[in-house]
Amino acid sequence: MSLLSVKDLHVSVDGKQILNGIDLEIGEGETHAVMGPNGSGKSTLSYVLSGREGYDVTQGEILFKGENVLDMEPHERAGAGIYLAFQYPVEIPGVSNLTFLKTAVNAVRAARGLDELDAINFLKFAREKGEILEMKDELLKRPVNVGFSGGEKKRNEIFQMAMLEPTLAILDETDSGLDIDALRIVSEGVNKLRASDRSMIVITHYQRLLDHIVPDFVHVLAKGKFVAQGGKELALELEKDGYAKFGIEDDADQAA
Amino acid sequence: MAPPAETAPVFEEAAKREYKYGFVTDIDSEFAPKGLDEEIVRFISAKKDEPEWLLEWRLTAYRHWLTMQEPKWAFVKYPEIDFQDAYYYAAPKSDEDKPQSLDEVDPKLLETYEKLGIPLAEQAVLAGVAVDAVFDSVSVATTFKEKLTEAGVVFCPISEAVQTHPELVKKYLGTVVPYTDNFYATLNSAVFSDGTFVYVPKGVRCPMELSTYFRINAANTGQFERTLIVADEGSYVSYLEGCTAPMRDENQLHAAVVELIALGDAEIKYSTVQNWYPGDENGKGGIYNFVTKRGVCRGSNSKISWTQVETGSAVTWKYPSCILEGDNTVGEFYSVAITNNYQQADTGTKMIHLGKNTKSTIISKGISAGKGQNTYRGLVKALAGADGARNFTQCDSLLIGDECGAHTVPYIEVANPGAQVEHEATTSKISEDQLFYCQQRGLDPEEAVSLIVNGFCKEVLKELPMEFAVEAQKLLGVTLEGSVG
Repeated sequence: MSLLSVKDLHVSVDGKQILNGIDLEIGEGETHAVMGPNGSGKSTLSYVLSGREGYDVTQGEILFKGENVLDMEPHERAGAGIYLAFQYPVEIPGVSNLTFLKTAVNAVRAARGLDELDAINFLKFAREKGEILEMKDELLKRPVNVGFSGGEKKRNEIFQMAMLEPTLAILDETDSGLDIDALRIVSEGVNKLRASDRSMIVITHYQRLLDHIVPDFVHVLAKGKFVAQGGKELALELEKDGYAKFGIEDDADQAA
Repeated sequence: MAPPAETAPVFEEAAKREYKYGFVTDIDSEFAPKGLDEEIVRFISAKKDEPEWLLEWRLTAYRHWLTMQEPKWAFVKYPEIDFQDAYYYAAPKSDEDKPQSLDEVDPKLLETYEKLGIPLAEQAVLAGVAVDAVFDSVSVATTFKEKLTEAGVVFCPISEAVQTHPELVKKYLGTVVPYTDNFYATLNSAVFSDGTFVYVPKGVRCPMELSTYFRINAANTGQFERTLIVADEGSYVSYLEGCTAPMRDENQLHAAVVELIALGDAEIKYSTVQNWYPGDENGKGGIYNFVTKRGVCRGSNSKISWTQVETGSAVTWKYPSCILEGDNTVGEFYSVAITNNYQQADTGTKMIHLGKNTKSTIISKGISAGKGQNTYRGLVKALAGADGARNFTQCDSLLIGDECGAHTVPYIEVANPGAQVEHEATTSKISEDQLFYCQQRGLDPEEAVSLIVNGFCKEVLKELPMEFAVEAQKLLGVTLEGSVG
């Protein structure tokens, strides 16, 4: 049985159809890349999987561990093991990263039937995971994402992922806005978190990230549908020939 | 909870004292008829066995009150109050009327206590369960009293202070908030039922945080409390007002007066967590909290700091203020005010700079949810003699939902060209982005709002004494329950 099974998924936002029949099967421990130009529906896919309000499923189903996630609130999905690394991480002034994470970690632990971590064990756990992402203590104490650089924000997303130990991690354009060094730290962090009991969906516009995080499968998304699917070599073809090969116009290429 | 055997005598003593001063002797007989006239004022004074000067003071206040109009300038709406349709002196409920055990208390109330993490014994006190069932708090109260007496600190009901320390009460009562001050303060002067008196002698650092909570016999203080705190030269006192749990109070109008006096080099820290009944989710019932709080830094280098977390009441009208009379004196005001459902709050402060090099800081955080209306109203005034006066004001408003309102009304009056006054203000909304982000990390919507709001209030909450801060944080969450989703 797949960990995640998406069947004929249609999604609209404000009455506008964005996803037009997505099928996706993700097995345990697999890493899937979803590539596509701007406006193809990549972020919509990540939001509908994580349960954001305003994304209406008009047809199809999403099963996670055999359960219908469409009946679940976002925090229930998080508890069940779905994690979204945001493209634009959100600032929460006045709440330290550690306080935020302690609340979050204990919330998902409760959902998973585990005991709360006390302050001492939590700190130990945070330091341990922080090392993977080269998170300085100072970064842990600052308010969530407030005054963080682009790279620090993305690192923080992966750090939170390490803390929340999801079974399915969705990385939404984690490479956007990163310089080479930050990209290396972030993708090394992600690779260290790959495990036989953790699947990942890596959403990206560019092949670049996939040099670092090598996927098992690649799906090309255009106008709300997968237009090509294959192994990691598909990403390289895309890099070489561009989205045009699939008959897709890509404004970002012109913009870049 | 069974009392440990070795402390039993303390308990007995406390129980006796309770009997002597407490509710039991007062039932039924001590009850003034409805309405207000000079006879009622005399009746209250007589019940308290007050000296002639205090009765005269009350009567003067009452006569003055008759000439006054209820203030209408605040940004709050409520039906006309009929001041003749109220009881101005009612003895506390008898123990027989009180719930005899926690089983008889409204389960909804107990649920809230549980959320606040209040131990059972304290829950019993707060819910008004007959006090003799609660051993812990009584013994605590007694131990406190002994320690304070040792330090020379006077901490007692003001009615008791009138008898035991008349010279101090007479010297300071009404010197910060005169009986002519405003409609509600004047009414309070005429009919105040009880309240707290604190005197900290010269050079004494009060050995503990003083709290009305530990003064069991004040738990059922009526609607017109009068508090007077005097910190003599070089002394320090931290006073916590109110309790952090929902006190149930059927009274409609709560018009208290608090006066603080800090003499040279003295410091008073006054913290309030106000959680009076806010009315139901349809805006029915609830307390009108019309309170006058003011402190004066009378000697040089003295300091008064107000911290308030206002979560309850249907209507709040309250401006804890500092008169910075002495040179180099410091006034601070840290405030969190939350309005949910149909609650309305018009609150802020006045910082009056008279002395040289006086400094004031105002940090105000207003949170509006539901159909709540929240107004910050503040005055910073520097008089001609206030050379080198400085003020910093920061007013932040947070909106939850789109049916609530936040308003900021700052007044600045500066008569000294050297004075520096800074004012910063922001208004923000809890964004859908923030909520979803928190939820995606596993927090349910209420936890998410509570976390975001606590972050917003952090600068104020950190001013509260430790234990108070923890309960205040939880209280913010409880108050905002149901404001999202």
